[in-house]
Amino acid sequence: MKKKLQLRKEVYRAELGNATRSELPGIQHQQLRTRPYGSQILYSYGILLFLIILCIFFQIETDGTFLTLRNLSNVLRQSSVNTILGVGMTLVIITGGIDLSVGAVLALAGVLSTAIIMRGFPPPFPFPSDVAMTPSWSLGTSAPIAVAVAALIGALCGIHNAIPIIKLRVPPFIATLAMFSIARGFAYIYVGGGQVGNLPSEFTRVVGEGPLMPVVAISTVVVGHILLTKTRFGRSIYAVGGNEQAARLSGINVGRVKFWVYFICGLLAGIAGLLLAGRLGAGDPKSGLSYKLNAIAAVVLGGTSLMGGVGTVTGTLLGAVVIGSLEAGLGLMGVPWFVQMVVKGYVILMAVVLERTKKHNR
Amino acid sequence: MAVAGSLSLQSPVLEMRGITKTYPGVTALDGVDFSVLPGEVHALVGENGAGKSTLMKILAGADTRDSGTVRINGSEVQITSPQEAMRLGISIIYQEFNLVPYMNAAENIFLGREPVGAIPGLINFRKMYADAERIIKELDVKLDMRVPVNQLSVAQQQMVEIAKATSRNARIIAMDEPSATLTEHELENLFKLIRRLKSDGVSIIYISHRLEEIFQIADRVTVLRDGRLVATKNVAETDRNDIIRMMVGRELKDKIPKIAADRGDVVLAVKNLNRAGVIKNISFEVRRGEILGLAGLVGAGRTEVARAIFGADPIDSGTIFLGGKPVTIRSPRDAIRLGIGLVTEDRKALGLVLGMAVRENISLANLGVLAKLGFISRKKEQEVANRYVEDLMIKTPSIEQAVQNLSGGNQQKVVLAKWLFTQSKVLIFDEPTRGIDVGAKTEIYQLMNKLAENGAAIIMISSELPEILGMSDRILVMHEGEIDGELSREEATQEKIMHLATGGE
Repeated sequence: MKKKLQLRKEVYRAELGNATRSELPGIQHQQLRTRPYGSQILYSYGILLFLIILCIFFQIETDGTFLTLRNLSNVLRQSSVNTILGVGMTLVIITGGIDLSVGAVLALAGVLSTAIIMRGFPPPFPFPSDVAMTPSWSLGTSAPIAVAVAALIGALCGIHNAIPIIKLRVPPFIATLAMFSIARGFAYIYVGGGQVGNLPSEFTRVVGEGPLMPVVAISTVVVGHILLTKTRFGRSIYAVGGNEQAARLSGINVGRVKFWVYFICGLLAGIAGLLLAGRLGAGDPKSGLSYKLNAIAAVVLGGTSLMGGVGTVTGTLLGAVVIGSLEAGLGLMGVPWFVQMVVKGYVILMAVVLERTKKHNR
Repeated sequence: MAVAGSLSLQSPVLEMRGITKTYPGVTALDGVDFSVLPGEVHALVGENGAGKSTLMKILAGADTRDSGTVRINGSEVQITSPQEAMRLGISIIYQEFNLVPYMNAAENIFLGREPVGAIPGLINFRKMYADAERIIKELDVKLDMRVPVNQLSVAQQQMVEIAKATSRNARIIAMDEPSATLTEHELENLFKLIRRLKSDGVSIIYISHRLEEIFQIADRVTVLRDGRLVATKNVAETDRNDIIRMMVGRELKDKIPKIAADRGDVVLAVKNLNRAGVIKNISFEVRRGEILGLAGLVGAGRTEVARAIFGADPIDSGTIFLGGKPVTIRSPRDAIRLGIGLVTEDRKALGLVLGMAVRENISLANLGVLAKLGFISRKKEQEVANRYVEDLMIKTPSIEQAVQNLSGGNQQKVVLAKWLFTQSKVLIFDEPTRGIDVGAKTEIYQLMNKLAENGAAIIMISSELPEILGMSDRILVMHEGEIDGELSREEATQEKIMHLATGGE
């Protein structure tokens, strides 16, 4: 934030200082007014402002239950899965791509990793649905393997997305739409239409009630932020999304950059799958149905452009919290989930319209 | 066929007078007069950037003039849109055809005005195909009506375009480089068709770089240079050398500060570079401290040679040698590693990430030096950016400014800074001064001098003859994908270059 403010100062200096302007005959006065950084800050402030208004509104409407520690920690947990998915999605969208498969990958990784928690490694195929089970391995042994498998499944799905996109020039929309169907199909195949239930309470309590999920989510944001702003890889992501041709002609391996963003996006979806299963108490192939939409919505609300080249993971975090608050607040007010969907849809639409007007003003 | 002499007695079907058009920073057209007689083939020639396209855009209603008048059959008209131009009987056939690739010839011919049958809103396909057949028959060409146009040859697509024009009762048809991709035989067919249209009283504006065609088909020729009319002459009363002289007679008005650097060993050599349909048997070498000019008309394959050397496009065969050793370049990444840099022709589309800051664009091709374990040192990066902004006098409020907010000249300097920072041994400049102001041009020339002095080998592609003549130690002239000739600095003249570039022996 400090850096951004500094940038804004520099731009303003150029705008306001007549002395500065007269030293810059090569730049047209009109162009200096556009203030790209300024509007970006305005936008971040915009969404923060929206979040505050939302909180106040819910606080009043729910007679003070919204802003309680209990509810807020619930909001945080509810936003966590979305944040984790959103970070991966942000990377993908900055390159100018999209990943529609995250919700399905989350479900597939969820059922497979919880199967390991129940039956150890390797898990049986297909997963038996009729037995009332107790875990066959101790959680201390199975949990690390489950985490690794969840990450691995996600990463493999990411690779599966990336290869046709890079090698065969399949549009990301299509490649990941196919994966959305493939991954969810496999999840159903594995559990034969049922689910992996009866997860041990030690596991669900750690994941569902403790600070684990928000901690993982925040860590993802921090790592994602550092990756994007401090590393060569991050710079390459912006360059590929900003102008793929120029990036290639500057020696950036565009294919490799794309490969890794889909890889990371898949990997994070895998980890989110295990966490969500823990929170819900079951590995369910139906889970994560709304998460693909929610993750994209969080990214867009956070100010990342679907055209690529522009975006931040901190914005995505804010976007995810807005959606989490919206869901929690409307839930507390007793608004049915189907009405919540309508509201959410309009909020996303509004955010995109705001982004467009911002661009139009340039 | 009408004789040129008798044509001049008729009153013109199209009369453009005092047409002026300025774009920010450039005068594209300056008081140009241009008239076309009924049933005339009128050739329009000039170097790249002479104003031909702008004049056609104004005629087509795709752009508006600043001043001047346009008369059709004697009455003044305002061509405000392509639709209006069409209504006035004007059709333009661009190099890039305006056809819907997945529709067939008949559908394309009647696009937007399909005949409607008894039931309102439904297309009467029978009538549409019958009408299309009739039009095609009138033009005396053979064409399968039911095949999507993207399965037709370029020549056939051109016929569809012409049919589209005649079906709209076009009285003036302008063709922009119609022969560029045609074979000898197809060209004969095109000429046959043009003569047929002529006999029906249709006027043709024929834009071509190939001067020999003008003598085959045109009645009159108009030469433009730097946005001004040079002359309109009867083709019978002129010759090839006369036209070339009119095209190039430009003075060296911008001072070009050439400093000859000491030439050293051969740095880059290419042998028999081939890419099917694009470049053929390209061989040349460049030495340390040398500026090698690559001249030719747009589409001659100069940019393609640069892209092939830089690994941006694949090659079919040929070898590239660096410092005497053969090297494999499969991607720009390889080329950059080997010390080759390419300043692209289109800086906005290919050279810069416009939304990124000056700092980020300068470091983009050489982030490796600034990073440790993948982490970019912000401090080092800022130092580098500040140094180049200072050295090249890039006018920007700060290194954090997005390059899209800079002027053209300063954007180009950012591109140059990027390649200077990679310390390239071989630098290819593709139209390095296009669209930038005179002051920045001179600075870029000085920079090229300095680079040559410091031992870089430079290849400069340029369509501006004074620039090529002024800066090059040696000039290669390309024509239709091949190197047509080599001229030393001493023997090169604008006429000689233009002669080779237009396919002369």
